[in-house]
Amino acid sequence: MAVTVSRPRLNWRERMYLPAIVAGLAITLKHFKNMLLGRTKVTMQYPEEKWDSHLPDHYRGAPALVRDSDGRVRCVACQLCEFICPPRAIKIIPGEIPSTDQFAKVEKYPEEFDIDMIRCIFCGMCEEVCPEQAIYLRKDYAITGFTRADMVHHKEKLLEIGGVMHGVVLKWNEKK
Amino acid sequence: MDYFLITTSLLKIAAILFLVILPMVSYSVYAERRVSAFIQDRRGPNRVGPAGLFQPIADMFKLLLKEDFTPANVNTFYYWLAPCLAMMPAIITIAVVPFGSTLFGVPMVIADINVGILYVFAIASLGVYGIVLAGWASNSKYPFLGGVRSSSQMISYELSLGLAVIPIFLLVGNLRLTSVVRYQIEHGWMIAPFVGDWLNPWKWLLAFPMIISFVVFAIAIFAETNRLPFDLPEAEQELAGGYHTEYSSMKFALFFLGEYAAMITGSAVIVTLFFGGWHLPLPSWHGGFHWALVDGSAPGWRGVVGGLFNIATFFAKVAVLLFFFIWVRFTLPRFRYDQLMRLGWLFFFEIALVNIFIAAIILAYVPS
Amino acid sequence: MSPLLFWPFALLMLMFGVAVVINRNPVASALSLVVSFLGLAALFMSLDAYFIGIIQVLVYAGAVMVLFLFIIMLLDLRAEEGRQVNWLALIGGIAVALALLAQILYVIHNLKSAHQAFPPLARSTFDDVRNVGLLLFGSYNLPFQIIGVLVLVATIGVVLLSRREPR
Repeated sequence: MAVTVSRPRLNWRERMYLPAIVAGLAITLKHFKNMLLGRTKVTMQYPEEKWDSHLPDHYRGAPALVRDSDGRVRCVACQLCEFICPPRAIKIIPGEIPSTDQFAKVEKYPEEFDIDMIRCIFCGMCEEVCPEQAIYLRKDYAITGFTRADMVHHKEKLLEIGGVMHGVVLKWNEKK
Repeated sequence: MDYFLITTSLLKIAAILFLVILPMVSYSVYAERRVSAFIQDRRGPNRVGPAGLFQPIADMFKLLLKEDFTPANVNTFYYWLAPCLAMMPAIITIAVVPFGSTLFGVPMVIADINVGILYVFAIASLGVYGIVLAGWASNSKYPFLGGVRSSSQMISYELSLGLAVIPIFLLVGNLRLTSVVRYQIEHGWMIAPFVGDWLNPWKWLLAFPMIISFVVFAIAIFAETNRLPFDLPEAEQELAGGYHTEYSSMKFALFFLGEYAAMITGSAVIVTLFFGGWHLPLPSWHGGFHWALVDGSAPGWRGVVGGLFNIATFFAKVAVLLFFFIWVRFTLPRFRYDQLMRLGWLFFFEIALVNIFIAAIILAYVPS
Repeated sequence: MSPLLFWPFALLMLMFGVAVVINRNPVASALSLVVSFLGLAALFMSLDAYFIGIIQVLVYAGAVMVLFLFIIMLLDLRAEEGRQVNWLALIGGIAVALALLAQILYVIHNLKSAHQAFPPLARSTFDDVRNVGLLLFGSYNLPFQIIGVLVLVATIGVVLLSRREPR
């Protein structure tokens, strides 16, 4: 059903249009003045002011590999994260741990572990799927690089971001 | 051959162009961004240099280093010609505007011709060719619509522009812009005659048609320079940038800076016609209160300081008007095309015509 | 007037006048006409007729030609570009032009005052704007008013013709 919207009849003052223009100019000038006097709250000036201290605990930043308190890379190269990763950003090449090693019973370790940060969508599925609690999303968000190659985080970079994770289950110690 | 005249003219042209107009153009872009940001509760460009003051230089490098792309199927010659035609008229209009009194005895106007204001209109009316050609040569829908809109808009508003200034010249009796300034020094500024014979009530009665003239003229200048609320040739939202959609790099920059140069020229003409040009009276109490005139006629260094003071006054007034341009742009929404045409032809045209009669009647009965 | 200024502007005017005729592209023709007008304005100004020169630019180059260009662009005349040259018409046109030139030269040749150097023009005490105004509103006031009425009639006629019939 067609509805006819009746337009309001304007009186002569409104039809002159000038008072409305002046009122509008006054509003914008008020904003300009408040900004000049520093009364307006403005958005955070990013590189100088950062939000880092306000980041919540569950913040999902860059994914990273962690070591446990023994200094062992927790990842066992099961490649579950590689399979679950929706944008296929993770690439793992597993290697075998020699039998002489202290952790020989783990059998596998990641020889190479690359995360392409151009592809990563920070979904956190890798962290969720990891049976070893080896990959975590940390709070780094400013990930930059000049080339595409720069944007791929290799194993060293991932371990550097991840650091050491204390207080998680140590499943591969001597008792097991 | 009058070598003194030629030398001083060339010096004036070089100085006014490279020391004043071009820096002013680039810094009005900066001012536009900064003021718009402040009006919208943002900070604006504040990264390059202190308070972002070197931003225009960074912009210039960016525009120079961008790829200068010429699309296929454009009419190449006219496509290249259009940006030049857009920039030039805005700059050469400034030639007849007196931007100062005298400096070392040389009058601070590049060409003091007896048809000053008509020259301004004539050259400003050539400005439309750049836009129309850009729209046509681009061989693309939106630029073409922008060019067509621009030509009809400019022709419509040139009428009210021309008619609006007639009361001033009825009063001054001369088309020379320097005599307009001279008149305003003797009898008070056009829209606020508080110097000279300001106790004369007829002067204040005459200020009425002058204020109407000023409003019509200023609005027509907005339309001539394609500024919001009349920026239909550009109209980002509907025409994707209008006539300069197909342009890139320095060719785009010429259109962009040409618009600002036109704004500066428009402001300079408004200042000259309505705000006393380079004249700024200073209150003085030597032997009773009166307004003291500062100009370059005093001997020695005082004359030089006076002349420089006049030039500074003029460009300060222009800067205030530029701020007004920017302020209006970020306050008002764009007019619809039919509204724009109706406003020009049915409203401002008539007002300007009636205003001429009012001014003429007052002048006929003024007991001078 | 300095011949240094006369010859370049005269040549400019004539060159672009020829370009108006020989250009196949209507837009290029119109723009050539604009440049030709600018040259003409410069010639007027070199004769100290600033007012006429400026009005030439303001009215013809700035307003009339913009409207011309506007219409040409809206009509999108591409047929003109592919048209064949009619040799008969071309030769005829050149012959007429040459005949006109010969007539003018003949008249000038037989004009006595053309053979002596002109005395310098008397400098007017007024500027030319005032001269034009005084003549127009003084001696030629009646013709001026009649032309005004004529233009008004034309305007009303255009409004009437372009008015849409009420449905």
